[in-house]
Order: sequence, then structure tokens, then C-alpha cells
Amino acid sequence: MMVPVDGFMYPNEVELAWSVLIVVYPYVTGLVAGAFILASLERIFHVTAVKPTYRLALLTALAFLLVAPMPLQLHLGHPERALEMYLTPNRGSAMAMFGFVYVWYLMAVLLLEIWLDFRREIVLLSQSTTGWKRLFYRALTLGSSNISEGALRVDDKVGWVITLIGIPSAFLLHGYVGFIFGSVKANPWWSTPLMPVVFIFSAMVSGIALVMLVYMAMMKIRRQPIDMPCLDTIARYLFYTFTIDFSLEMLDLIHRMYEADESFQSLDFMVHTRLWTSQVLIQIILGTAVPLALLALTQVARLGTAWRRLLYGVAGTLTLIGIFAMRWNVVIGGQLFSKSFLGYTSYKMAFATREGLLPSVGLMILPFFILWGLVKLLPPWTSVSDRTLEGQHGGAS
Amino acid sequence: MITRRKLLMLLPAAALAWEYVLAGTPESAPGYNRNQHWWGMLLDIDKCIGCGSCVRACANENDVPEGYFRTWVERYHVSDWRQEVPQVDSPNGGKNGFPPSEAQGGKNFFVPKMCNHCVDSPCTQVCPVGATFHTPDSVVLVDDTYCLGCRYCIQACPYGCRFLHPIRRTAQKCTLCYHRITRGLTTACCENCPTGARQLADLKNPNDPIHEFLKTHSVQVLKPHLATGAKAFYHDLDGSVR
Amino acid sequence: MQVSKFKDAGHLVRLAIAFAVVFLVFLLIRAHFIPKSFGQYGHYRGDALAELSSKPVSYAGHQACEDCHGNVVSMKTGGKHTGVNCEACHGTLAKHVDNPALVTPQLPDTALLCPSCHEANIAKPKNFPQVMSARHSGGAVCKSCHQPHSPLLQPGGEQS
Repeated sequence: MMVPVDGFMYPNEVELAWSVLIVVYPYVTGLVAGAFILASLERIFHVTAVKPTYRLALLTALAFLLVAPMPLQLHLGHPERALEMYLTPNRGSAMAMFGFVYVWYLMAVLLLEIWLDFRREIVLLSQSTTGWKRLFYRALTLGSSNISEGALRVDDKVGWVITLIGIPSAFLLHGYVGFIFGSVKANPWWSTPLMPVVFIFSAMVSGIALVMLVYMAMMKIRRQPIDMPCLDTIARYLFYTFTIDFSLEMLDLIHRMYEADESFQSLDFMVHTRLWTSQVLIQIILGTAVPLALLALTQVARLGTAWRRLLYGVAGTLTLIGIFAMRWNVVIGGQLFSKSFLGYTSYKMAFATREGLLPSVGLMILPFFILWGLVKLLPPWTSVSDRTLEGQHGGAS
Repeated sequence: MITRRKLLMLLPAAALAWEYVLAGTPESAPGYNRNQHWWGMLLDIDKCIGCGSCVRACANENDVPEGYFRTWVERYHVSDWRQEVPQVDSPNGGKNGFPPSEAQGGKNFFVPKMCNHCVDSPCTQVCPVGATFHTPDSVVLVDDTYCLGCRYCIQACPYGCRFLHPIRRTAQKCTLCYHRITRGLTTACCENCPTGARQLADLKNPNDPIHEFLKTHSVQVLKPHLATGAKAFYHDLDGSVR
Repeated sequence: MQVSKFKDAGHLVRLAIAFAVVFLVFLLIRAHFIPKSFGQYGHYRGDALAELSSKPVSYAGHQACEDCHGNVVSMKTGGKHTGVNCEACHGTLAKHVDNPALVTPQLPDTALLCPSCHEANIAKPKNFPQVMSARHSGGAVCKSCHQPHSPLLQPGGEQS
């Protein structure tokens, strides 16, 4: 208990219960939801321009979804008891119900949609490869090698339905995370009905920005030309979503300041002192205002391709940093002040221990390795042109 | 067959057995019916002297780790001109008493804090697995072999009464000395409070003095606006208490 | 037409079977791993109640002390410390009650013990007897004037 306390805190509050791992977790699930929404733009809403990123977005979502439970497992006092959440879930607990939302999203939405979309390639690869790869693809075919016109049409129809279900499922996935915080009446920094909505929109922002950056990076690595109409469209949707997200967060702020309830003075002081850098400088200015301004610039000014790419890259990177800061400010910020509204503590982040900075950084890098593996196993590029010819996905041929 | 004579002979023996049961380290008291009790606590601010006996007693009885608290005492200084923002301190939870006050004037008093064993507890609501729960006799407990250590309950408690045990890595809090009250003893904190500021209350027992007390005294709970159904009843709790 | 439609959806049937198998395995795991007493009284492990009730006690409770130490009881009755239970000063005594001959409690040091309640503090109730121990006794330890079990002194300085 060597943490310095300013003012008074209930003795058990001094040490933070939720560490940086619990910042990583909503960040990662948010990226999943956002990437999926971007994918569904093409599939459901016929925004054909973003089709080149459809498969990449799905694989990105999967890579991050697989990593999502890891910070939680590291954080649990007894990770070996984690199965209890599925054995005896408390239906009144948002955290327990989220376990099922996660499994639903993984199994019934994401894996299914990827399988249906890649099935043709999976079958072809199960016939053309050798060794363990052949076994892998054969297993994925579930023993069926039917890739006839009819079968693929069925896949397309079912895939469309899955994507349709997937959109509210993606909202549910990350909205639930927001609700896990937003429903805690004990904590006025968290307790607001806006929390799930803010989480969803900031998830969309981060997910779209991520896919945009991954797409740009991959095209560069593969020395392929970037589809500019695609990139411009993604950036436009990023701009719209970000505007909504920013408005929601400002609404929350203005509402708090205006109503000024019993917690306000304490929270206000916290933002001005302990959260100044992470909230005002990083999240609001660097992570929201600047990217919004850059994106707005690309929308109103007629800029060349190279300039646009540069601005998208900078805006996207700042966005990702800003959304991480937002998660930090919610999770850590919510624990820095006392529920007596009379004091503050500090967060002493560990470095190399289970809940420290090192594992957190590792967990944020891991999805990229997984994505690299996924892209190797299920190449997103091969059949875009083929599929266009065959008139898949709403018939943009 | 039980005759009157046999019964008359058995009763003193039974009474003696009961005495033995209540003394030393008793076996589980026979005849404790969970449905016949509804536990709460009465905390009388007028009587608390901030000696910290309760904090030490609780730590001794329940092996509470150093630096964590199942109960603690806060000292309030309410100045004459700023009622709503008191100065509060709780050095080591009040475990070793309190040093002399630096404060001058104003209103000063001690407030013992503990788990409120809420009827509508937010902590049991959020537990994902049912490791913390509300017993039939209205005590909120933690199943130490089932708790995952997710710490959601710690976040959800408005009173700050929960903590993560540093070694067991499960959530811990005041158990209302469940192992004592089910054997007819009182809690460790009440047993050791020298002034009677803390008194265990059984709201289902018609003879419990709490009923008379509630009728004749002004009583408050902490953070009533959160509607937790708190059962730690404070007598003479000042409005400035957080 | 119907037959060919079904043929083209064959892989989906396989998928459905795979999901069903996974679900079945999940149900089997549940049946095996959920503790038997779970749900007995509510959404928790029913056995936990018995486990939590049967932990050993450390404080015996004043009733147990009074059974043997009647002389102290009579000294305390009617005095200022009537309501102060034995273990509040003498510490945990359950082990002593279990084995009075083998476990002898240590007498507390009054110089340290008494000020823990009676040291003057602005936050203590005004009518509670409190002194500034540094100035109170000129260095004499509390026990030299006050009988701990009935501490009030008469105006002349004798024990009450």
C-alpha cells in the first residue's frame, strides 16, 4: 500500500482493481466490432467501393477476436476457473452474458461468415496443397467439396443472412462491454446510458481506422497499387463515424458539466490533474480533434493521391492512439478517484508482471502475427476479380 | 418414549451441552435455521470512540491481510462553514487508533464502516458466476473456492468494502462473522467494541433491541440514493458522511 | 429441383451437425463440472453455506470467560467497564477456553492498552472519559491507580 493518496479514499480503494489489461480488452473487442461493420458496409449496404477490403476486414476481426479473451485470462485471480462463466453464468451479470455474446459472435457470425466466403478457396486448396496444409484445408471443408454454382449461390445467400445478423451482433459485442461499465451505479464516471453507445461508435472508429491502415500497409508490402476509391470511401465513413462519436462524447461532457451533480467537482478535478495528459491532450486533441480536422480536410479540399494517403495514414494512426486513450481514461480514470469524492490515488502500472505493460504490448502486437498467419492460410486477394466476374455479394460485376 | 420425567432430566443436560457449544471452539450449533434470521448491524455514531478495537478484532478473527480491511473506522472533521466537504482520515483503517487531530473546532466524530449486507446488493448482481451471493438469512458472502478473481464486485460496491486478497486472489469482504453468528455468538467487531457502538441486529427476531431502537431513534444508511437496501443502520449519521 | 437444392446445401448440413456435436459436448461438460450443490438455495454453491459456517472461531465470547472467571464478573458488574468484553483487552481466547491449563493468556500492558481508548481526541464523544496520557499520571502506569475491571476512582482516589 505504498501508493500516495491525495485527500481521502476508502482504504480498500487505494489499489486499482482493474489494470491496463482491462484497457486492452475493450480496445481489442472494439477493433473487432469496427472491422466487421466495415466489412458489412459492402455486403449489406452495397457500398461496393470498399469491397477490396471485405475479406481483409473479416480476417482482421478474427485475429483480434482470438486475442480478446487473453487479457481477461491474464487478469483473473483464478484463470483456471474461467469455465465457470459458461457453466453457471449469473444471468443478471453483464460480464457473464458477455461470455455468450462472445461465443455467439465468434462461432455463429465471424467464423461462419469467413468459412462461407472462403469455402471455394478452401476446397481448391484442399486439393492442390500437400502435407499438413492439405490436412488443415480438408478438415475445414468438413468433408464437402461441392463448389458448384448452386452451392456457391447458397453460400452467398446464407452469408448475406449471417452478415445481416452479424451487424447487431457486432453492436451487441461491443455494446455489452460498454454496458459492463455503464451499468455500475457505484461509479459515476462509468454510470451513464451513453456508455454502450459511445463504446460502439468509438469501436467502429477504431475498427475502420485499423482496416484502413492494415490495407494500406498490406498493399505496400505486396507492392500492389492502392485502390483509391476504396480508400477514399473508407476514410469518408471513418469521418462520419468519428463525427458521431465525438458528438456523443461531447454530449456526455457537456451534460456532466451542466448538471454538476455530487460527483462533478471530484471528477472535474481528476480530469484537470491526473487525466490531463491522457484525456485532454491525447484523447481529445491529438486523438480526436486532429484526425477529424485532417479527415475533414481530405473531404473538402481537392488533394492529390499522395497527400490523401499521407493524411489518411496520419489520421488513422492518431485515431487508434486516441481510442486507446479513451479506453484508458474510462477504465483507469474510473478508478483514480474515491467513491467518497474526497480523494485520488495513482495507477502504478507494473512492467513485466502478469498485469503489466509488457504483456499488454505483447497482446496488442499478437493479433498482427495471427493476421499474418490467417492471410497466409486464407489469402484475401486471390478471388476478388473472380468473384466480381461471378457476381457475388450483391452482384457488383 | 419421552416421559415428562425423562424430559426434566434431559433439560439441564441439554442446557449444559448448549453452554459447552457456545464456549471455546464450538461445533456447528444445532438448530440454527437460516430462514429464521435476517441479519443487520446497528452502528451508533454517538458511541464510537475510534479506538480501532473492531478493526483489530476483525483482522484477528478473519485473518485479514495487512493493508486490507473488512471493516475500518473513519474520522470526520466538518468545519463550520463547509458542511458538505468534510475532512476525513483513516490511518491504516483506524486499526491502531487515531493520532491527535490537527483539526480545530468544527464537528468531529468517528464513523465505523463495513459491508452493508445489502438486500439489493450491486455486488451480487454483477458477479458473473455466482461466487458471491445473498444467503437466506440475508448475509452477503463470498464462496472462496468458486470466485474467479475478476473483481467486478469490487468495482460495483459503492461503499468500498471489498478487496482482492493478495495471496488467495479472490474477492474478500466482511462476512458478518457468519461462522460466529450461526453458532449463537456475536461478530468479532461487536464482541470487542468497548462502548457498544456496534451491535449485531437480527431483524427477524422480535425480541431483538433493534426493533425498539428503530422506532425511537433517527437512523440512516449510507448512500440511500443508490437503493442498495443497506442493512448497516447508523444512528446520528451526519449528512456530510460519504 | 428439390434434390439438387439439397445437394448444394450439403456442406451446411455438415456444419449444422458439427455445431450440434460441439453443443452436445458443452452440455456434457456442464453436467460433469457444475458443482452438485449449486442452485440449492440460490445461484451459488449450496455447500458454501456450511463451509463458511464451520470456520473455527478465534474469540470465545465473553459468556465463555464468565463461566470460569466469576470473580472478575462480580468486580465488573455495575462498574464503568461492565460492557467492555474480556477479549477486547485480553485478546483472542478461544484456544484458552479449549485448553485452560495449557494456554495461558498474557496480561496486557495497561500503559499501551488503556490509551488506545482513553487518549483524548477531539473526535471522541464529549462525555467519554478521556485524558492526555502524557500529562495525566506523571509517568505512573495506569494500573497503579486504576483497577482495570472497575476503573472508576472515588473523589478521594480510592477504588470504587
